Amino acid sequence: MAKTLIWSYIDASNDWHTNCNVKIIILLKELELKRSLKVLTVMLMMIMCIPGLFANGQKEDDGKIVVGFSQIGAESAWRVANTESIQSEAAKRSNIVLKFSDAQQKQENQIKAIRTFIAQGVDVIAFSPVVETGFEAVLKEAKEAGIPVILTDRAVDVADDSLWVTFMGSDFVEEGRKAARWLIEKGLTDVNIVELQGTVGSAPAIDRKTGFEEVIKSQPGMKIIKTQSGDFTRSGGKEVMEAFLKAEGDNINVLFAHNDDMAIGAIQAIEEYGLIPGKDIIIVSIDAVRGAFEAMVAGKLNVTVECSPLLGPQLFDAAEALMRGEKIPKRIVTKEDVFPMEVAAKVIDSRAY
Amino acid sequence: MKPLLKNADKNLLYPLLALSAILLFNLFFTDGFFSIQIKNGHLFGSLIDILNRGAPVMLITIGMTLVYATGGVDLSVGAIMAISGALSAQLIRPDYIKGIIEYGNTTSLFIVLSIPLLISIILGLWNGFLVAFIGVQPIIATLILMTAGRGIAQLITHGLIIVFEHESFQFIGSGFLFGIPFPIILVILLTFITWLLTRKTSIGLFIEAIGANPLASHYMGIKVKMMKTLTYGFSGFCAGLAGIIVCSDIQAADANNAGLFLELDAIASVIIGGTINGGRFSLAGSIIGALIIQALSTTIITRGIPPQVVLVFKAFIIIIVALIQSEKLRAQLKDLLKRGRK
Repeated sequence: MAKTLIWSYIDASNDWHTNCNVKIIILLKELELKRSLKVLTVMLMMIMCIPGLFANGQKEDDGKIVVGFSQIGAESAWRVANTESIQSEAAKRSNIVLKFSDAQQKQENQIKAIRTFIAQGVDVIAFSPVVETGFEAVLKEAKEAGIPVILTDRAVDVADDSLWVTFMGSDFVEEGRKAARWLIEKGLTDVNIVELQGTVGSAPAIDRKTGFEEVIKSQPGMKIIKTQSGDFTRSGGKEVMEAFLKAEGDNINVLFAHNDDMAIGAIQAIEEYGLIPGKDIIIVSIDAVRGAFEAMVAGKLNVTVECSPLLGPQLFDAAEALMRGEKIPKRIVTKEDVFPMEVAAKVIDSRAY
Repeated sequence: MKPLLKNADKNLLYPLLALSAILLFNLFFTDGFFSIQIKNGHLFGSLIDILNRGAPVMLITIGMTLVYATGGVDLSVGAIMAISGALSAQLIRPDYIKGIIEYGNTTSLFIVLSIPLLISIILGLWNGFLVAFIGVQPIIATLILMTAGRGIAQLITHGLIIVFEHESFQFIGSGFLFGIPFPIILVILLTFITWLLTRKTSIGLFIEAIGANPLASHYMGIKVKMMKTLTYGFSGFCAGLAGIIVCSDIQAADANNAGLFLELDAIASVIIGGTINGGRFSLAGSIIGALIIQALSTTIITRGIPPQVVLVFKAFIIIIVALIQSEKLRAQLKDLLKRGRK
């Protein structure tokens, strides 16, 4: 796309040149171009200086543990709580210096950030991979530089698992299983299910789907009739659910959403369609963010499987242990619950996110 | 539609053909795609969905068409959408980012609408100022705001997704007037107003003249710089309105995702619609272009194409649409056919 744009731009400017015959005018135009280029360069340089200003302020790592953390982005309320937990925990601990980088849901940004951390020589690199694959090269660079890598909340798919030290976070497959088991426990074994998947290729989307399908396989009455990605966002969940309802309508008994934000978007779509969410369509989702509890208290969401984002304390415990030279387990699983609608009102005030 | 078609050239035929092809496909292969019912007193059906979900893209496409016709491009519309949505939500629920979860007093609709729209126009004018008065290339000038804008939006929301309840504000994105979703009505209104302004006054001619030859236009007495700046300002306004619709529809400001990559959809729509980068523009063509893209998305979701291949599928269709549009390719094909006969 960008290329065609640039080409069309060049075409247009060529036309312009051929159109005007007066040479002086061309010269004038070029002068103008040069001047604007100068202005542009100065502006770009100024913009580039801004991060430099901040970086200089943080160079006091005498005896302190410098942790470089590359976050995926701020795509959902869960992620925001995750970021908040890591940043506030780092601020609490005087021996930790956190270098935080936001990848805006793009792998290339994340790889760039990790390379920057390596170049800066941080003590520990931690990151939540945007997608599972494609991190091999950059992780090798980290290993060669002797920097331990901690994976938080999402795993990577690399052949050599010595490239990372530990993977902490939830077991997404188990979350998918829990969601399916709840349906079976409630006796909802003869149902048509629609599924709102997360971002295509992301670990939670793949694993939650796998876990869910694994459990419902034993129940011939449970069928997934439609599945589509809603990209973990509210607007995605709403748009896809609208289309599901158009295609299947009253056939849908159960909605399985890979996160709460999509479920909340879908609830709006169901209400606009004229069905009652939580009654006409049973809704199962994962994450247990505050919005989900609000929806459950209002009776619009049936159950949410917890996926705790509060990884900050765990992360820095592990980083400190690594710096003390201790061995840490390869897998640290977060303890998590299932919250059905009935208990929502009781626990809502104790939720931190 | 009739007056819109009058000014457009015959290039409109090909985008229309593409749109009809997508719709025809659904007529035969997707059950109930064309059924429009009245449910709870408003229109309901996949076709309505296409119009309704396509509304944000159609709105930014209108602004983009004019910018594109002046020989520019506006990459910042997605970011402006995020900013205006973030501002609305922040104005409705100012205490949320401080961690106060209780709903406070409702802010008046006038403030919730006027401030984000005003800021969007100012941001658009800033783009225009860079392009017209400083002389920065449009791609670069608007790229600045495209990158920085999303950051600004996240600063406004403090990285949170601000959820809110505001009855009259929600009407804009998810309300119905005469049974028609309100965003559709907004699109029709804005298209009509833009058509009036550009085709019933000389503004449209000025824009095309500036796009074709800015210097000649300047000697003719057209205020080139001012006109360019204003088109970017208008594009900012359109993006602001689109941002408000998205934000009000999902009752949340999602600074990170609102309008993400929509600038590309808008540029694609404009090109599919047959507007020339610097020269003739066709509002109707652009709207049809936007409808093609949305019809494609809605078809994909309704038919249940595996999500892993959706993007490839979409790209494939858009390439085909772009190809049948190209006069050069059509001429070459004709040539080949002739040679084949000989």
